[in-house]
Amino acid sequence: MSGVNRISGAGRLTPARTARFTFDGRTLTALEGDTVASALIANDIHLVGRSFKYHRPRGILSAGAEEPNALLDVSRDAARRQPNVRATVQEVFDGMKVSSQNRWPSLAFDVGGFNDLLSPFFAAGFYYKTFMWPKAAWHSLYEPFIRRAAGLGVAPTEPDPDHYASRYTHCDVLVVGAGVAGLAAALAAAKAGAKVILCDEQPEVGGALHYDSGTLVDGKPGYAWAQETGKALADMDNVTVLTRTTAFGYYNHNFVGLVERVTDHLAAVDKTLPRERLWQVRAKKVILANGAIERHMVFANNDRPGIMLASAGRTYLNHFGVAVGKKVGIYTAHDSAYEAAFDLKKAGVAVAVIVDCREQPGEAVLEKARHLGIEVLTGHSVVNTTGKLRIASISVARNGGRGARKIAVDALLVSAGWTPSVHLFSQSRGKVKFDAATERFLPGTYAQDCLSIGTCNGTDDLQATIDEALAAGELAARAAGAEGGAQVALTGQNAFEWTGGMIGAAEGAGPDTTVKAFIDFQHDVCAKDIRLAVREGMHSVEHIKRFTTNGMASDQGKLSNMHGLAIAAEALGKGIPEVGLTTFRQPYTPITFGAIVNHSRGSLFDPARKTPMHAWEEAQGAEFEDVGNWKRAWFYPKAGEDMHEAVARECKTVREVAGVFDASTLGKIEVVGPDAAQFLNLMYTNAWDNLKPGRCRYGIMLRDDGFVYDDGVVGRLAEDRFHVTTTTGGAPRVLHHMEDYLQTEFPHLKVWLTSTTEQWAVIAVQGPKAREIIAPLVEGIDLSNEAFPHMSVAEGRICGVPTRLFRMSFTGELGFEVNVPADFGQAVWEAIWARAEPMGACAYGTETMHVLRAEKGYIIVGQDTDGTLTPHDAGLSWAVSKKKPDFVGIRGLKRPDLVKDGRKQLVGLLTKDPKVVLEEGAQIVADPNEPKPMTMLGHVTSSYWSSNCGRSIAMAVVAGGQARLGQTLYVPMADRTIAVEVSDMVFFDKEGGRLHG
Amino acid sequence: MLLIYCPYCEEERSELEFRNAGDAHIARPTNIADISDEEFEAYFFLRDNPKGVIFERWRHIHGCSRFFNAARDTVSDRFLTTYKAGEPKPDLDAQPKTAATVETYEALEGAAQ
Repeated sequence: MSGVNRISGAGRLTPARTARFTFDGRTLTALEGDTVASALIANDIHLVGRSFKYHRPRGILSAGAEEPNALLDVSRDAARRQPNVRATVQEVFDGMKVSSQNRWPSLAFDVGGFNDLLSPFFAAGFYYKTFMWPKAAWHSLYEPFIRRAAGLGVAPTEPDPDHYASRYTHCDVLVVGAGVAGLAAALAAAKAGAKVILCDEQPEVGGALHYDSGTLVDGKPGYAWAQETGKALADMDNVTVLTRTTAFGYYNHNFVGLVERVTDHLAAVDKTLPRERLWQVRAKKVILANGAIERHMVFANNDRPGIMLASAGRTYLNHFGVAVGKKVGIYTAHDSAYEAAFDLKKAGVAVAVIVDCREQPGEAVLEKARHLGIEVLTGHSVVNTTGKLRIASISVARNGGRGARKIAVDALLVSAGWTPSVHLFSQSRGKVKFDAATERFLPGTYAQDCLSIGTCNGTDDLQATIDEALAAGELAARAAGAEGGAQVALTGQNAFEWTGGMIGAAEGAGPDTTVKAFIDFQHDVCAKDIRLAVREGMHSVEHIKRFTTNGMASDQGKLSNMHGLAIAAEALGKGIPEVGLTTFRQPYTPITFGAIVNHSRGSLFDPARKTPMHAWEEAQGAEFEDVGNWKRAWFYPKAGEDMHEAVARECKTVREVAGVFDASTLGKIEVVGPDAAQFLNLMYTNAWDNLKPGRCRYGIMLRDDGFVYDDGVVGRLAEDRFHVTTTTGGAPRVLHHMEDYLQTEFPHLKVWLTSTTEQWAVIAVQGPKAREIIAPLVEGIDLSNEAFPHMSVAEGRICGVPTRLFRMSFTGELGFEVNVPADFGQAVWEAIWARAEPMGACAYGTETMHVLRAEKGYIIVGQDTDGTLTPHDAGLSWAVSKKKPDFVGIRGLKRPDLVKDGRKQLVGLLTKDPKVVLEEGAQIVADPNEPKPMTMLGHVTSSYWSSNCGRSIAMAVVAGGQARLGQTLYVPMADRTIAVEVSDMVFFDKEGGRLHG
Repeated sequence: MLLIYCPYCEEERSELEFRNAGDAHIARPTNIADISDEEFEAYFFLRDNPKGVIFERWRHIHGCSRFFNAARDTVSDRFLTTYKAGEPKPDLDAQPKTAATVETYEALEGAAQ
């Protein structure tokens, strides 16, 4: 027997197909198809958790995605443990472990329940008022306390072993929700020939037909019709039916995010299946058939376990075959709850009473109740309840009367009516309108190409819903271009017409300030809290929401928003539309990080770019650093060397012998065309038309505001062909910048730009022996100083493969940069290395490259400049043409701020104590004894230990720096103040003779 | 995620393929070296940031690589039109109203009867 409350012959599950699971260590039996909630209720368990703030005992409130209370910890194994799972959504599988949350030491006896007694001190907004003084207590006392108390579940500690899938798809018509309306609309659209996706968050299609037992569609019982129709749709080639799939977000231009739960309900999981699948759907038309969510009644102590929504009671009975109690009371403001009483009575469950706060319920349900012998108390309200861990009785009083009658119950089904689910409509930026007659917000002005149908559109009558759905399905299909023929006709009939509904506090919520009549169960917000917020001056619904945290829990106020709004409106003395609704945002229900992150984990999180020589560098034991997406060899430690020792050795070796460096990551752009030189004249500050083929030049690129944007060496290969290099990180934006000007400002120029960064492997060979190393490998290029001086470029062959050979240097030494097609990179590198190594040369990484260039005062754009430096500030005035009539930045450079005195300029810094290495980013002052806040002159941009200089060296931006040469300035640090002397930026080989060696 | 029509590829493609490039129809003065500070300020710094229709540039950076212009409503994010670089600012009142493709339930009521 799968639980004492299971009623033989009721429900749609198969009694023989059982599954076993544990709840707080106790083994229970369920049926396949049960949710955790239905299985627990079947085993007569209503108490499943403790509330967030007051630690009050809580039960299962709903049977769907709106559940605020029954949040449990569900695990398959140690790594597959998930907190805050809604028991009403999670299906049971054999072997699952379920635990309650937010209780200690046990669910039945929870120490935190003490909070409930202290609740007068925990009024809404107490966080904002209580933890103010003393200030110092915030870090030591308040924050740790709040952090411990905050949150319901415990986050998993192990990495997620599952994988997640992602799909992009397009369709003509996306139908969200597979209740009567969604199924009918999908059918009409599909028969018209449209490509249709129909999704629903539940395991089966049917929506409200799960519980609504009296419904006939097409002459058949509603649920049976739904299953037949769902199957017929799934069998059509142009239809995809996705169950267990939540449309969680409606984004721009009919882009809808769906998440499909693939394996969470299975006992034995096929490891090849993803746990969840994220669908990113672009639909020509979207049909929203989201249905409606039942509201609870707001009265004193309305949160005891055993109190639940009337529709949930019907779902557990009619779908799962489970009675929610043995003596059930009903408290309602809406006719629909009567049908719960009828269903229970017919199933043999005692119905204690129907309490209806209205004087005049629908005549038909009243008549039926009389006929079934159920006591109905109209014009009455439930004013209180008793029962410690489960409801034991209700106190019922005549509205406005005195004296209450106590009625024993073990479950209470409540309904205050139905709230249309306008969540997705609102996410699409549609504007809702308030329908005063029915007190509900309905879709008003549409912002996107969608249609709302059925109860989410305020259409209550079944036949009207079907007609509306069929028309919407066909209209959407036609608008999307479908030309199929068949028209669909369907009839539908309800057992009863429903009337009624209320929002806000019922009689039993009392006017006083101590009654706990809950609106928001998950955040323990009561009616009195909303009133308090208004008394304290919160007049905007957004302020009331934040002050009370109403609707801010993970259920996003699906049950509570309308009640909270109505109570606020009453307290403010305003109408509901004037108070207004808070905004609905994605996601509709919580979705996993796994589904969002999807494949982008580990090595797939961000692509890693590797140079052609990467494998060799790895084999040599290089340490790597990330530069943009590139992995660059940072330094090559020998056995026992730390970074400092390795870099010092590499620096010395390059200057004494030679070094080989992987410069492949440099950005490279091929600029080709008859107007190429003219184009570069406009893009760089330098002049290019006077550069002869076979020669190179260092160029500076500005933005039109006059600030340095990038730099690099440009070689002219022919009259109409330039090889442009950019900084490693700057390559994409430099190409974008060039394309922008070429396409939109200078489109008359005949020039073509091609990124060639990845086409060329670049091997820099630098040092006194550089020529000797490469000379025997090079064919067709005379490497002598006379034929191939510093800043030359030539095409020839090296090791038998084509090369663009540059004579250039970023070290101040005699140097070459060997460009070869990327596929030959490692082979040529190895051939060069085979010659270099026996001569005593080394391979060096980016750290040594940085030190060597700093020794020569060569700047790195983005390190020594920061987007606010002009070429003049950087000491590069020589590179700015004074003759050209135009280049990008020419006008910006003349701006008053850019020409005034006292600008920050790049200079060198030498510490008075040569052994002290400054920290990059450290601030610089003139007077170390100035009281704070001190006048800061600038900061250190580059700082290294230079083994070649035998001392520390640094570069810095300093206000009026170039006029301060020789001055002593100070760098205040936390523990000391460092005296420095301002110098020029060339620290090594000031004459520059080594370049021409 | 936006859906953007590239006037060069003549296709609607996902926003992922594009990069926004700021306001359109701001021409770099041909005599830029000689303009006044005020003229430079107007050219380089001052932008309107309208609530409503904005004319802006996009680049189909992961497609044909071309820059083009678009008129977009900054409130609804609806693209009113896109057109090639160098073409004049379109007269939006003369454009067919794309809003007509958005149906409301009111429009459907007749069909449902």
